[in-house]
Amino acid sequence: MAEFTKLIHKYLRHDKKFPHVWCPGCGNGIFLGALIRAIDRTGFEKDQIVIVSGIGCSGRISVYVDFNTLHTTHGRALTFATGIKLANPKLQVIVIMGDGDATAIGGNHFIHAARRNLNITAIVVNNSIYGMTGGQYSPTTPYGATATTALYGNIEHAFSIAELAAMAGASMVARGTVYHANLLDELIEKAIVKRGFAVVEVISHCHTQYGRRNRMGGAVDMLRWQKESAVKIDKAQTMTAEELTGKFTIGVLEDRDLPVYTHEYNKIRDAAKAMLAKAG
Amino acid sequence: MITAKSRGRQLLLQGNEAIVEGALAAGCRFFAGYPITPATEISEVMSYRLPAAGGTFIQMEDEIASLGAVIGASLAGTKAMTATSGPGFSLMQENLGFACVAEVPCVIVDVMRGGPSTGLPTNVSQGDVMQARWGTHGDHPIIVMAVSTTQDCFDITVKAFNFSEKYRTPVIILSDEVVAHTREKIFLPHPGEIEVLDRIRPNTPPEWYIPYEDNPRGVPPMGIFGDGYRYHVTGLLHDVRGFPTQRPDEIIPFMSRLFRKVNQHFYDIQVVEEESTEDAEVIVIAYGSVSRSARRAIREARKRGTKAGLVQLMTLWPFPRQILEPLLRRVRAVLVPELNMGQVSREVKRINQGATRIETLNRIDGNLITPNEILVRLVKL
Repeated sequence: MAEFTKLIHKYLRHDKKFPHVWCPGCGNGIFLGALIRAIDRTGFEKDQIVIVSGIGCSGRISVYVDFNTLHTTHGRALTFATGIKLANPKLQVIVIMGDGDATAIGGNHFIHAARRNLNITAIVVNNSIYGMTGGQYSPTTPYGATATTALYGNIEHAFSIAELAAMAGASMVARGTVYHANLLDELIEKAIVKRGFAVVEVISHCHTQYGRRNRMGGAVDMLRWQKESAVKIDKAQTMTAEELTGKFTIGVLEDRDLPVYTHEYNKIRDAAKAMLAKAG
Repeated sequence: MITAKSRGRQLLLQGNEAIVEGALAAGCRFFAGYPITPATEISEVMSYRLPAAGGTFIQMEDEIASLGAVIGASLAGTKAMTATSGPGFSLMQENLGFACVAEVPCVIVDVMRGGPSTGLPTNVSQGDVMQARWGTHGDHPIIVMAVSTTQDCFDITVKAFNFSEKYRTPVIILSDEVVAHTREKIFLPHPGEIEVLDRIRPNTPPEWYIPYEDNPRGVPPMGIFGDGYRYHVTGLLHDVRGFPTQRPDEIIPFMSRLFRKVNQHFYDIQVVEEESTEDAEVIVIAYGSVSRSARRAIREARKRGTKAGLVQLMTLWPFPRQILEPLLRRVRAVLVPELNMGQVSREVKRINQGATRIETLNRIDGNLITPNEILVRLVKL
């Protein structure tokens, strides 16, 4: 039996009514593979892991995996995750969101979660479009691209999710693609074991809604685009701004040790108890 | 009567502080909130009381996030609460529906202020009765309770937590600016004298656990994240295993159970307090701070020879129809005073079916209805 088949048997739900909702060729399948390989490498028990997801195509991942799973309201996944982590810091909380989910409707929660620095792993699967609702422009749709709500071309400018997370104060920020699957395994694993708020932006593709409309071809063509546009972060440092135009960096973009919220809160508990004892 | 006035510690507290005391006594160990007048004191007191009790307080980025965090904490096994006022309560409606469908116990306090919109932030109102009932989209059952005194704030908060745990549903406490900020005497019962209920947890082996399976109570045992019962929680309509479904033969039993678990326990959930209703010819139906004025008014009316009685509603939803119907058939007239254009009186008229005369007394200027205003109307009924 192939190694990965064993992981499928171990981590995918047996009692779930498959098939899944994703289109053939979707990047979510590759991401799901990377996620369970990474979780397996960390060695955490299934009972210890909570997968919290938002709404959209990537949000459906929580249904398929055999952990404690929570499929929340649109954009709010990080708020639910915050409550779970605070109530039981021993749980490993992994949040899976889409680009619209994390940076449009959930944009405020995203930057505040990064600033707050709970020990949570946040993964944003970025396919530059609202896929499930049929191809509307999202906060990461490039300028000039077309979408069902931007037939004349998108006049808004895209967020860089990883850079946004770093500026907002996340402890660790990484970006990968579903084309660079081995790297993605490593980045997700690093983010899970990182103490503090760790963000992984996963560049994915939606050939059904985005690629077709923007003449980028099918799933394979869009994977090829990821291969050609991604530049490893250490290589990017040797390149000029001109050479980097139209490219994006992959790898660990930020990794720093900052005070973790639950650790800080324990100090507050001690201070409060001491004050109460003093007051008698 | 649900109060334990005879014993315990005697304190001078405002309503908002008493709600915190009630929540802590009921076992609440998580609070997430966002500052808003006139509910802010609940956050402030929670922020220094909870850490000392080993709990957690967090100030979130908005009210949507507050209720999200509360639901998350409850799923991880902690009793959790948030508090807000009308504008914040509007933002919570999305996640309130989630808590109904995913059957997550939690308590939401709405300290009502004048509305609509930013309205009258520092003035009293009872304008959120219907928002509490129908604010979140879609058909759903909900339990809503109203408080009128500082003592109520304590007692009803304990009861609200018990209902939320017992029936796995969000419970809303409607307070108002007058109750929130009135300082008065309160008796805090000894911890051992307070009935505290906890959610029923599964005791089957994890592999046998069917998280949303029906039973006679209509309330399935609740697994906690991390305790070995791995299952799926979603806001999508789901089958007994928690997985999304669009099959009518799975949706109908689920939705029916959701309503049944609240409706079949109406005798437990519907709490009212009656005064002088046995021989009353006219009654006042009131709730919240207005019931305080009403109590004084019926006593004055009795002195002047009008046989008046009071039914104070502690439970607003599900509407205490079973308790009110026999009274409506017996009395000559009913007065429903409230600080809105007629939200509860509309419900009273609906269940009355023409049995008696229903009159309303409404005030929407941000001031409390006085005992005298009620008295003047009562003696003319």
